Amino acid sequence: MRYNLFTGSVAAVLLGLAGITGAWAQDTAAPQIPGSGSTADHSKFEILQKDFQSGPEVTEACLSCHTEASDQVMHSIHFQWDFTHPETGQQLGKSNVINSFCGSVAGNEPRCTSCHAGYGWEDMSQPPPQQSNAVDCLVCHDRSGQYTKSATLAGNPPLAPVPQGMKTITGADAWPVDLAKAAQSVGMPGRDNCGNCHFYGGGGDNVKHGDLSSALYSPAKSVDVHMSPEGENFTCSTCHVSDQHQWDGSRYATHASDMVGTGKPGSARTVSTCQSCHGTDPHPANIKGMKLNDHTDKLACQTCHIPEFARGGVATKTFWDWSTAGRLSPEGKPIAEHNFTQSDGKELHTYLSTKGDFEWEEDVVPYYAWFDGQVEYTTADRVIDPSKPVEVNPIKGDPDDGVSRIWPFKRMVGRQAYDTELNHLVYTHVWGPTTDTAFWTNFDWAKAIDAGMKAAGAEYSGKFDFVDTYMYWPTTHMVAPAADAVQCEECHSKNGRMAGLTGVYLPGTDSTGIVGLLGRLMVLAAIAGVLFHAALRVISGKGKGGHKHD
Amino acid sequence: MTKRCVKVYPRFERFWHWSQMTLIMALLFTGMGLNGVHSLIPFGPAVMLHTIIAFALMALWVFAAFWLFTTGTWRQFIPTTEGMFQVARFYAYGVFKGEEHPYKKIFWRKHNPLQAATYFFLKWVIFPVIWITGLAYLSYNFWGTGAEGAQALWVVSNLHLLTAYVIVVFIIVHVYLLTVGHGFRQHVKPMITGYDDIDLTPEQEAYLETNEPGRLKPEC
Repeated sequence: MRYNLFTGSVAAVLLGLAGITGAWAQDTAAPQIPGSGSTADHSKFEILQKDFQSGPEVTEACLSCHTEASDQVMHSIHFQWDFTHPETGQQLGKSNVINSFCGSVAGNEPRCTSCHAGYGWEDMSQPPPQQSNAVDCLVCHDRSGQYTKSATLAGNPPLAPVPQGMKTITGADAWPVDLAKAAQSVGMPGRDNCGNCHFYGGGGDNVKHGDLSSALYSPAKSVDVHMSPEGENFTCSTCHVSDQHQWDGSRYATHASDMVGTGKPGSARTVSTCQSCHGTDPHPANIKGMKLNDHTDKLACQTCHIPEFARGGVATKTFWDWSTAGRLSPEGKPIAEHNFTQSDGKELHTYLSTKGDFEWEEDVVPYYAWFDGQVEYTTADRVIDPSKPVEVNPIKGDPDDGVSRIWPFKRMVGRQAYDTELNHLVYTHVWGPTTDTAFWTNFDWAKAIDAGMKAAGAEYSGKFDFVDTYMYWPTTHMVAPAADAVQCEECHSKNGRMAGLTGVYLPGTDSTGIVGLLGRLMVLAAIAGVLFHAALRVISGKGKGGHKHD
Repeated sequence: MTKRCVKVYPRFERFWHWSQMTLIMALLFTGMGLNGVHSLIPFGPAVMLHTIIAFALMALWVFAAFWLFTTGTWRQFIPTTEGMFQVARFYAYGVFKGEEHPYKKIFWRKHNPLQAATYFFLKWVIFPVIWITGLAYLSYNFWGTGAEGAQALWVVSNLHLLTAYVIVVFIIVHVYLLTVGHGFRQHVKPMITGYDDIDLTPEQEAYLETNEPGRLKPEC
């Protein structure tokens, strides 16, 4: 049943993808039978054959049958953007945290909430809209390939007539969405449904995660064995299994390890770990496989099986310096410099007056650290030490806790604003085409920070400067074919990938350690000894010694 | 006493010696690769080869131990101090004076005392240490966990490494000493053909001629 649904949606994804590669467009071919294999063909439902005038109208139609859907979605992180960490109690979620990319949602709502799984959330100081039709069903379930959300309408789709210059959430020129067509097409989410938001986090393709980019709409097998049409052709929800619109897989409380593995028939399936499909002893039962399995008490699967992230031709931002933003041309106009050429020839910006300096990288070797899955955030209430780089989300882990594994991360290097009196990271108001405080409009940090802090309701001394930051993004997508996994000697060598990690002993990394040196000394002494002995024999002219005792 | 050409190294002993030599050289090559001394072999294949060869060598040792004890050859390896000083003095002094090697091979003593002591040390200390640490290394996941386990593994692996270096030293000296006395060819030959010139008592000679004529040859 599940498989049939899946193959059906895959066919639909492929059709949808045809549109992405060209002009991601409204006139993509009609989808395959929506939810092929399903008992319901939504195009035959009378209630969906209407001239819908807004997103919420479609949602109302959905709810007339799926009566509990709205309630379920509203309790999910996709809608709430609020997450109380079960271990630390810290209040996280997009509505609360500060990151090293665009900073914060607070103060920039209609832009940031363009990717909210709902409609009309315009004030972060308030919870998301509570009326049941504020849920956006289509963003996840549209299979027509032509539903999208405007970049600046707090989650609403662009509808005819589309204003000049409007963009979609992926940065494409907006088109008028046909809501009826979308409503009649619904099915299980494809890679495009999730990717249109998650591939573009941080303001552009692959900017944020490094392992989630537009390359995954239809990746080559070498980029992602699971999601590739040449491979398993998984959608996101093949692994991120949902139950009542709650998904497994979290960056705040990650499954750093999984000792349960596949489990028994009937046991919980809502686990997105590698082990939940591959088991806890995934390598074959031979000498090599056993030795590889021996690594699973120290390493996450991802550590070997994702040799680099930002593969598939889409670069990721690895450095973002906000402190240089605001430099204008002599005429007082914003500047854009493009000094990075992506492997597909595309020029990417390396300086923007609005955002500062950037660095991009492709095929990036990850940063490795012990990780127990629990992430704390340096939220605006936490005191920082500006004398050294601030860890925006310090990675916790302990080789002795039985849970931690060495994980690969994208380590984002940043430089962002903080309050020099209170030593807090600050919220910034960057987006606001019509305000006189938004940084991207006025290029005045003092005003932008002041407005951001007001919007977030946070205490602010009025004095600011910039501090270096690190932010860590666990790497878990873009699993490579087994043949491309990280080779042993990448780590088992001097200055290998794990150099500097404690709590683990890696053979082959220290041949010139104390014992190695002692051994070499012994060998040299032995050679010197026999050479000396031989030389004496030659000098004494007696060669082998006497052998006349025949 | 008569000097006779006697088979001192039966076929199994020669097979044991040369296959052990080959396996140890292979272990040294792969092991030094694993340790990072050279990078002539990638780490993964080196682990596999090192492991498989080590198991082969241990299997050989099991057979050798069985052979040593069932044939009584183990007595050849019991160290003795008798004559040891003379041998040591010869290597350190006499050899330069053109003196003769003080040790005469006899039927139940094919090793000189220094040799016997060295082999005894090798068999009872060096080899056990390297295979015990090797097995501990290989089975790390059954006994080691966490940071403490990692520290214990450091000790195990370095003990393994140190022992390996001792074996290298043994090989250097062992091969060099073949050149002393009768000379390299004369010393290696018995381990290939099995026959060497041995001083036999009349009783030993009579016994062999009567019961094991195949162990005697007119000339080596």
